[in-house]
Amino acid sequence: MTDITQALAGIVGEAYVSNHPEEAYFYARDPGLMPPHAPDYVVVPKVVEEIQEIVSLANREKIPVVPMGAGLALTGLVIPLKGGIVIDMKRMTRILKVNETGRHAIVEGGTSQGLLKSYLEKHHPRLRHSIPDSPATATIAANVMIHGQGRLTQQYGFNSDMITGLEVVLASGQVSRIGSCALSPDWFSKGAPLPDLTGLFLGWFGATGIITKIGVKLYPKKKLRDVEIFLTDRADLVPDMIYELTHTEMVEDINVFAQPKPMIFKDNHHITLFFTGDTDEELEFKRKTIWHSLDRFIRNKDGGFMGVPPVMKPTLLDMPQRSVSRFADVTKGGGFEYSGPIIMVDKYPACAQKILELAEKYDLGYSGMARIIGRSHAMMYGFAFTFNRADPDMMERTRKALHEVSVFALEAGGIFWKATVDEQRMAMEKMDPVTLGLMKMIKEQMDPNGIMNPGNWEVTEV
Amino acid sequence: MYTLKFDENVCRTCPTGDCLVKCQYLHLDKETAVAEMVKIGQGADSFVLNDCVTCYACEEYCRRGNHPFYLITERRQEKGILTAPRAITRQWINIGEPQGKYRLGEVKERVLSFGFMPEFLGWIKGRLFEDVMPSYIFGQEFFCNVVYIHFADTAVIKERLPQVVDNFRKLGVKEVIFLHDECYGAFTQLAPAFGIDVPFQSIHYYEYLYHRLQELKDLIRPLNIRVAYQRPCSSRLSSDQHHFFADIMDLIGVDLVAREYQDENALCCGGILSMNYGYDLAHDVQKRNIDDMTAHGAQFCVFNCPACQSTLGPLVAKQGIKPIHMIHLCRKAIGEM
Ligand SMILES: Cc1cc2nc3c(=O)[nH]c(=O)nc-3n(C[C@H](O)[C@H](O)[C@H](O)COP(=O)(O)OP(=O)(O)OC[C@H]3O[C@@H](n4cnc5c(N)ncnc54)[C@H](O)[C@@H]3O)c2cc1C
Ligand code: SF4
Ligand code: SF4
Repeated sequence: MTDITQALAGIVGEAYVSNHPEEAYFYARDPGLMPPHAPDYVVVPKVVEEIQEIVSLANREKIPVVPMGAGLALTGLVIPLKGGIVIDMKRMTRILKVNETGRHAIVEGGTSQGLLKSYLEKHHPRLRHSIPDSPATATIAANVMIHGQGRLTQQYGFNSDMITGLEVVLASGQVSRIGSCALSPDWFSKGAPLPDLTGLFLGWFGATGIITKIGVKLYPKKKLRDVEIFLTDRADLVPDMIYELTHTEMVEDINVFAQPKPMIFKDNHHITLFFTGDTDEELEFKRKTIWHSLDRFIRNKDGGFMGVPPVMKPTLLDMPQRSVSRFADVTKGGGFEYSGPIIMVDKYPACAQKILELAEKYDLGYSGMARIIGRSHAMMYGFAFTFNRADPDMMERTRKALHEVSVFALEAGGIFWKATVDEQRMAMEKMDPVTLGLMKMIKEQMDPNGIMNPGNWEVTEV
Repeated sequence: MYTLKFDENVCRTCPTGDCLVKCQYLHLDKETAVAEMVKIGQGADSFVLNDCVTCYACEEYCRRGNHPFYLITERRQEKGILTAPRAITRQWINIGEPQGKYRLGEVKERVLSFGFMPEFLGWIKGRLFEDVMPSYIFGQEFFCNVVYIHFADTAVIKERLPQVVDNFRKLGVKEVIFLHDECYGAFTQLAPAFGIDVPFQSIHYYEYLYHRLQELKDLIRPLNIRVAYQRPCSSRLSSDQHHFFADIMDLIGVDLVAREYQDENALCCGGILSMNYGYDLAHDVQKRNIDDMTAHGAQFCVFNCPACQSTLGPLVAKQGIKPIHMIHLCRKAIGEM
């Protein structure tokens, strides 16, 4: 054992620290395309005090620390680019409090989406959170750290807009409380009416602090939920269709997808709409309003609602929706990555065209999928490719296709979501220099030794 | 090329114009009906080409050997008058495309056709079918493709149906019992209308069930229930078989309620109507249909077509009427369910 391993073992216990190659192998990679890079140590802490001690040690010794949830962001954000300590959050999974009437929960920084979902189903059946379609092991803290989106994003914005406070371990090892919890026992606001400091952490990929507790907003869970799928062969009309649908203010979530397989999905764009109600009447009223909002497209034969077969419904209504994970393995060999720029909804036709072009050019299996953010305020358009990890040529083609997506997205006015290091660099090159200077200032102040997930959001020049 | 047999001169002398007079969606008088059919026959424009909602019923209403609905369909396609949104049509055409994923049981000269209805793979069992099973076929390769008349597309039928016939021929089958009456209608009524030869004998599963239940008469325990029948659009292509429904109900001791929307007056389940025309028409038709079932005290709604059942089944169930497929009802009558 090295001194550092010993010191870490002294903090978390020997069972929860490793510098063995077999563990390093796994923590060196994610399911995406980034080349692996091994950590020197992996620790799995249980309580905030342990994280404080680990980070203090790392800061003292100038060793990088990389916080990790489930490692499912896919864009290499948990790969320890400069080695150091991976802090695996998986043991910090307590659900500390659910305030039913105040509709929020406080959970630890490693709590998974699936855990909160099943806890609420059991103990608070009238409440729900905005669950993303990532596998259920994905963590809540990491998801808001990358500004993820979930089932309620069309109604309430990014999942990171739906938080009520943070507890964060800073690079110095100190703990800070952000939001109403900074001065009140109640976690009801992430900032307002104070200066909103969550921006110092969210979107930074752990490069400014480690979330150890998080308050998330919960929303009414209606008794009934249903899904409809509107089909169109006109990508150019999708933005108008979305505009009409969001105008009804009756849809829970809107996802659009287009993919060539299976045959039922070939050639069309599918606007999947989820809606809810406490009674049959409420549900039917919403269905009717939603259908009517698209009447003009039906009349012009530009689109129509397909009959969703009853066997398909459970899959569609599942949360998370497993079909996304299933797509991840259609070429077998378990490779899946998507570049999901956040972009204006009116760019849907251009994105749909681009993915077709790239799939053809690089001979890849693809799925284009968009999740609407807010009332048509923006969307995440996922350019998803699946590849066989045992086929280096296919991986290289996927890499090239994704690089082209990045160039396209930036030119089209989009912003990378959960950006790879390359995309971060591209974004910083294009960014307003004063804003970039501000980022540099923040990063230097918050992490003077550059130990926090180094390689990410590193402003080299302004 | 296959061409539709249609003689507009027969329409000229038609004493009733039944095709469009009986139509439940257009409401025409005899003179207008005949005049419009003649116009359509001549290839002229007609509002009927825009307003027909593709319920198939005029294929049954015309008793003079013409094929009014096929003609409407042909003319629509020629003139580019769409019934369904393009994307819906495309989706259905894609679904029916042969993929080499068909399934065959131990095929004999006598075979059951499940068409392209996966439900039958799980439903067809027990004594009713023991004399034929496991001789069955299933898959796009054996899918009659007739559904595309809902989408004003006879071209795809003319392209695919002869290939399907050929697939049956290659199996050397002599007698095919069709579990979906659209397939039965395809081979006994549509194919001849377009001059497509069919080298095997087609049996409608109602006829098969009727005879089979007579063989199993000793097992039948009268069900003593009141049912409404959801007659599907496809049965309009096999109206000579329709009487078997009532015959079977008699045989198994079921009271078929005498409601308004039955037999010739049957209403569509609404599935195609909603896809092609949106919410209002489909929901109006569904509501009238279900209210009629309720008003006549139906306890069960019996389905012939699995697609109708998946569309209307949940809606009748909400009104306290149990949805059940004909096959399950018959199995129930012999104590298997
Ligand atoms: C099939 C599939 C479907 C997906 N669908 C969606 C979707 O619908 N919506 C969506 O938003 N995402 C989706 N994703 C992307 C991703 O899986 C999720 O966003 C997920 O929430 C990421 O969580 P994680 O725990 O895996 O994060 P990780 O990959 O472990 O971490 C992500 C980032 O957060 C940092 N981090 C982790 N924990 C902390 C912490 N406690 N404090 C500070 N920083 C931390 C990491 O260092 C890293 O930079 C999908 C992924 C897959 C594979
Ligand atoms: S199609 Fe038949 S019913 Fe209609 S007008 Fe012609 S002959 Fe008469
Ligand atoms: S198919 Fe139905 S709706 Fe169309 S004309 Fe014939 S009866 Fe009327």
